[in-house]
Amino acid sequence: MTLTRKGQAVTLIGLLSLAGVYVRAIGYTPIEIHQGLAQKIFYIHVPAAIYAEVAMMLVGLGGVLYLFLKDPRLDRFAAASAEVGTAFAVVVLTTGPIWGKTVWGTWWAWDARLTSTLLLFFLYIGYLLLRGTVTDPGARARYSAVVGICGTALIPFIHLSVYLFRTLHPQPIILKPSAPSLPWSMLETWLLSLGAFTVLYVGFVMQRYAIGAEERDHA
Amino acid sequence: MREVIAHALGIVRKDLVLEFRTRTGFISAAAFTAMVLMIFEFGRDPTAVPTIDLAPTILWITFSFGAMLALNRAFQLELENQALDGLLLAPISRTSLYWGKLLANLAFVAGVEAVGLPLFVLFFNVPVGHVLGALVGVIVLATVGFVAVGTLFSAMVIRTRFAELLLLVLLLPFLVAPLVAAVSITSALFAGRPLSEVMAWLKLLAAYDIVFVTLATLLFPSTVEE
Repeated sequence: MTLTRKGQAVTLIGLLSLAGVYVRAIGYTPIEIHQGLAQKIFYIHVPAAIYAEVAMMLVGLGGVLYLFLKDPRLDRFAAASAEVGTAFAVVVLTTGPIWGKTVWGTWWAWDARLTSTLLLFFLYIGYLLLRGTVTDPGARARYSAVVGICGTALIPFIHLSVYLFRTLHPQPIILKPSAPSLPWSMLETWLLSLGAFTVLYVGFVMQRYAIGAEERDHA
Repeated sequence: MREVIAHALGIVRKDLVLEFRTRTGFISAAAFTAMVLMIFEFGRDPTAVPTIDLAPTILWITFSFGAMLALNRAFQLELENQALDGLLLAPISRTSLYWGKLLANLAFVAGVEAVGLPLFVLFFNVPVGHVLGALVGVIVLATVGFVAVGTLFSAMVIRTRFAELLLLVLLLPFLVAPLVAAVSITSALFAGRPLSEVMAWLKLLAAYDIVFVTLATLLFPSTVEE
C-alpha cells in the first residue's frame, strides 16, 4: 500500500470518528444552558485550534531537526504539517465567527484569542509563500526551517498577549492550571473529538507528505 | 569574543559610511516617516478623536513602517557586485556578520526614529518632556526585538522573488507582540500612569528581545551558507 493510500485510509477513519463525535455531541451530550446549540461548535473549534498550533510547533521541531540532520524528509514533513496547520487555522477562523454571531452578537471581535489565530494563519501564509518563492531545495529547506523555528518561538508571545490584553473570549476551560470546569459528559465528547482530530492531522500529513515525495521524484 | 565584536563593528562602520556617502536611504526613510505622520492627521476627525488617545498608535505605526522600510536595504546593499559573497568569504564569523548588520540596522532605524519623534511631538502637540527617558527606553526595547527578526529574515528574502513584499508578509506577525506592548506602555506614559502598571508588558518586551536576538544569532548561519 502506498503512503497516499495509507494516508487516505487514516483520514477516512478520522472523518468517520468525527461524524461519530457529532452524533454523540448532538444526541447524547447536554445542551449548554447559556450558549444553547451554538456551543456544539466547540467540539470542532477547540480541537482544530489546538492542532493549528501543534502543527506550527511540529513545523518548528522539524526545522530544528532539519538544521542538525539535513535530512530532506524532515523538511517535507514540516511543509506537510504547515499546510495541514493552515487548513486547521481556517477551520478555527470559520467556526469562531459562526459561534461569535450567536453568542457575542457579532461575527468578528478583535478578541485576543481570535486575533492570535489570525496571526498564526498569517504566519503560515508567510511560511508557505516563502517556500513557493525559493527554487533551490536546499535553500528552501533551510529558509523554511528558520521561519518555522521563529514562528514556534513566537507562539508563547502570542499567548502571553492573550492574558495581558483585555479579551471577550471565554477563558480557557480545559487547558488551564486548575481542573477543567466542564461537566464530564461534555469533556468526554470533547476528548473524543480531540482524538478524531489527532487522527485527521496524521492522515492529512501523510497524504501531503506523499505528494511532497512525488514532487521530488518528478523534479 | 572581543574579535567577534571588533569584526561586527567593522561591518557597522562599512554600512554607515556607505549610508553616509549616499544618504539616499536615510533621507527616503525619514521623508517617508514624516509623510506617514502627516497622513494620520488627515485620517481622523480632530474634533471627535482627541489626539492624546490616538497618539501612541500614530507613533508606533509610523515607527513600524519606517523600520520595515529600513530593513530591506541591509542585505540589498550586498547584492550588487556579489558583495555578499565577499563578506561570506572574509575571515570573520557569521555571528560578527549578523551582529554587524543588526547594529547597522538599529543605527539606521534609530536615526529614522530620532527624526520621527520630534516631528510627532511637533505635529500632534503631545507633551513628552516629562516621560522622555522612559519613552526612549520603550522605543529601544521594542525596536531591538523587531529589527533582530527583520535582519534575519531580510538575509533570506533578498535572494527570492518579490523580496520586499515577502519580507513584509513574513515580518508583520512578528511585529504584533512588540507593537501591542509598546502601544500599551506608551499610552500609560502619556496618560501619566506609573510604569509599575505596565510591568507585564515591559517584561514581555524584554523577553522578546532576549529570545529573538539569541535565536536570530543562532539561526543566521543557516540563512547564508551554501
